[in-house]
Amino acid sequence: MTPDLQCIDLTKRFGDTTAVSDVSFSVPPGSFFSILGPSGCGKTTIMRMIAGFLAPTSGDILIKGKSVLDVAPNRRPVNMVFQHLALFPMMNVADNIGYGLRRAGLPKRDITRKVGEVLERIGLPEIGRRRVDELSGGQKQRVAIARCMVLEPDLLLLDEPLGALDLKLRERMKIELKALQADFDTTFVYITHDQSEALVMSDQIAVMNQGRFEQMGTARDLYYRPETPFVAGFVGDSNRWSGRIERSDGGVLELRTEIGLLIRGTAQGRALGGGQSADIFVRPEAIRLSRKETELTSLDNHLKGHVTSLLFNAAASRVLVRDEGSAGEIEVALPQSGEFDDLAKGDVVHIGWSGEQANCFAAGAE
Amino acid sequence: MRDGTRLGFILLLTPLLLWLSLLIIIPHIDMFLVSLRERVGVGKYEISPANYLTFLQEPLYLWTFMRTAVMSVLATLITLIVGFPVAYYIAKMAKGRIQSLLFLLCLVPFWVSELVRTFGWMILLRETGVISSLLQYLGLIHGPVEMLYNDAAIMIGLVYTSMLFMVVPLISTLGSLDDAVIEAGYDLGGSGPSILWEIIIPHAMPGIVSGCIVVFMLSLGNYLTPTMLGGKDSLWFTELIYSQFIVRFNWELGAAFGFVLLILSSFIVWATLRLTGQTLEKTMG
Amino acid sequence: MIPTIPQSRPFRFAYSAYVVLFFVYLALPLFVVTVFAFNDSQFPSLPWEGFTWNWFFGDAAPMIGVFHERPILRAIGTSAFVGLTVSLLSVAVGVSNAFLFTRHKFPGRGLLYILMLLPLVIPGIVLGISMLVFSSTVANSIWDSMKWDLEVLRPGLTLVILGQFSFIATIATLVISARLQKFDQSLEEAALNLGATRLTAVRTITIPYLAPAMIGAFVVAFLMSFENFNTTLMLVGSDAPLTIAMFDRLKEGSTPLLNAVSLLLMLGSSCLALVMIAFQRRD
Repeated sequence: MTPDLQCIDLTKRFGDTTAVSDVSFSVPPGSFFSILGPSGCGKTTIMRMIAGFLAPTSGDILIKGKSVLDVAPNRRPVNMVFQHLALFPMMNVADNIGYGLRRAGLPKRDITRKVGEVLERIGLPEIGRRRVDELSGGQKQRVAIARCMVLEPDLLLLDEPLGALDLKLRERMKIELKALQADFDTTFVYITHDQSEALVMSDQIAVMNQGRFEQMGTARDLYYRPETPFVAGFVGDSNRWSGRIERSDGGVLELRTEIGLLIRGTAQGRALGGGQSADIFVRPEAIRLSRKETELTSLDNHLKGHVTSLLFNAAASRVLVRDEGSAGEIEVALPQSGEFDDLAKGDVVHIGWSGEQANCFAAGAE
Repeated sequence: MRDGTRLGFILLLTPLLLWLSLLIIIPHIDMFLVSLRERVGVGKYEISPANYLTFLQEPLYLWTFMRTAVMSVLATLITLIVGFPVAYYIAKMAKGRIQSLLFLLCLVPFWVSELVRTFGWMILLRETGVISSLLQYLGLIHGPVEMLYNDAAIMIGLVYTSMLFMVVPLISTLGSLDDAVIEAGYDLGGSGPSILWEIIIPHAMPGIVSGCIVVFMLSLGNYLTPTMLGGKDSLWFTELIYSQFIVRFNWELGAAFGFVLLILSSFIVWATLRLTGQTLEKTMG
Repeated sequence: MIPTIPQSRPFRFAYSAYVVLFFVYLALPLFVVTVFAFNDSQFPSLPWEGFTWNWFFGDAAPMIGVFHERPILRAIGTSAFVGLTVSLLSVAVGVSNAFLFTRHKFPGRGLLYILMLLPLVIPGIVLGISMLVFSSTVANSIWDSMKWDLEVLRPGLTLVILGQFSFIATIATLVISARLQKFDQSLEEAALNLGATRLTAVRTITIPYLAPAMIGAFVVAFLMSFENFNTTLMLVGSDAPLTIAMFDRLKEGSTPLLNAVSLLLMLGSSCLALVMIAFQRRD
């Protein structure tokens, strides 16, 4: 099947700076594709090239197999939901949604019907005559999507549209967006710097950094099997140590950190040998916490320490444990099973994790 | 209100009330009263509409009045049409340093007196002027041509003099239009003209209205430009007022003329605001 | 029609050309005024007779330069005096009005605000004649009742100052209000909290914050007063400010002397404007 969107060796330079460098990817029909990266990584540049507001320095963009480089933005079969939505404040909701249809020269009757249908579909049938600034944040969001979807584009681009919403509404809109995408059965390309938006909604995610794609895969791939230190650090939380590899034996590594901690880890097939400098990542939620040393003896890494801080944040609560030997501080997820409800600052605890959970990367790979 | 606040409030209110009452409201009422006087003997006056009747019955006065109004409207429209693309260019096309530079360049001519600007146009347009000499030099015309003292010269001067007051409000309203809104218009299939008509102009409406009001006022009340560029027969209404006051010393008729001018300008301002759904506070404040 | 949207080359070219033409139109009159200030001729027109400084420094007829032309120098002095007085008055009243309209809610506030804006939509010449008529009404009635002849109420500098002030005060009010509205009032509350009295808080916190706007308003007021023509024309007495003096000369026929004065005016107001911009930048 022809992919809906295909970018081939896409590069964009502004003067001396390269905003996007040799990016290639393709998005199959009906899927939800996200580009995740910190601000300034070049994700907006990619989106604006696809929409036609920037011309690539080199490379090609194909939509449904046809190159669109020579097609003006108002003729491309893509529509975009802008970061601040860019609803037309001088028009009411129905005129906003009908704008593209009027441009396409549809008869008035058809426009009215289609606008009515799409309003029905986004669950806001009564708001056609309202002014844009009378809508709530979530309603504006849906109107902005409806304004594009009514044109039945091959591809919908979304530029961090949830950024302006408050936390609770953002959580709700994530689910709603995913449902709308399934309902309209249109390909979505979504860019965001918020990992939870990308992880929850996407079929495929590309993690982007400094103009390049670091890794492309499903949410689980990125979380469980990060391929670069950037991805390991950016997706989810991690304890991170730098150090030198002391022993390498069939994928099992021993690394001595700068503060003197000895950690067993895995290179996941990456070439790493003894004597090399490396970074090691361990997720706080991959670390077991216990009051008895015996429970952890089966794990590759275990050590004893005392609690220096309790960072209570409901399900995302953390304990900071200071290792007795090296005095290094380690962030550990606080299990909410009730076992540690009475844990207090200063308590002596044991922590441990398997070598499988400690991801090693050659230093300077970022 | 506590006593201290109350005292502060009164202290702040006093200058405003003094200014508005002594310098604006009472003088205009007094002017209106004077315009209703008719001299019936030496130092003897009666209340009568005689001055207004004179205005209505004398074709020259009425004609000058209509002509001034129409020419001012025309000057306003031309200023808008000439200035809009430039304001748009500065607000939306130019970026960074170029943008501030162009904006400053727009302001420069208006730091100098209107008299100097008009004088510049006289040097350019008159029979012995630069343009006439240049055209002769190029062989396009034979013998000097007088380009001063006609309506076109008045128009050029009025448009020039008022340009700033059109361009600045336009730049500020256009500048507040988010680029993303224009891009959204294109993204949804809009073309240049349709975006101009459906998105840019509606957004710029407050700026257009305030620019038009100010330019219209300035043209209507202008004395210098019509006199200098239009010459003796320029027939501008302010010239009638001036001559009644200063030359003929007929203050009663002059006051009536002044009041008629005030009514016309107030009416046009009111009608423009009404038609475009704007308010004076929003467009001027 | 913004840079991110591709446009055809001819369109972009035509648009840029139009903008260039526009600026040529803006610059042209000022340019010729400047050039002919240096023409060694009795008339500010072609042909070019050679370069001279005489219209600035010349001290012998027929080419008496600006700096030796007493009436012009006196007119500049008059204009400066009028301008300074009008600016001071306008900024003072402007600050007072700004505080009144941004800090107080009172019945009739909306009406007063509209009244305050009115001078902007009254033609300048009408402002002038209404002032002229009213002041002479007052002067006449004082004469009739008390036999005092109040010279200040006859056309002259006092009336010119009042006439210009009557609409420049509106502009000062708008400029200063705009900044006061952006002022975070909790700064003043913080000062009160730290032991300042209300008046000290305003003096030490709010007024310094308003300073750029006050300077801006002062410069704008000064420029507007200096170049005002319509209102001044109706109220002027024997001491003519510069614009009126130049106008009278222009009616008699022009010499490059007027170009020289104009050039000095341009330089002066550009300097003032630059000072103002520098102040606003530093902020």
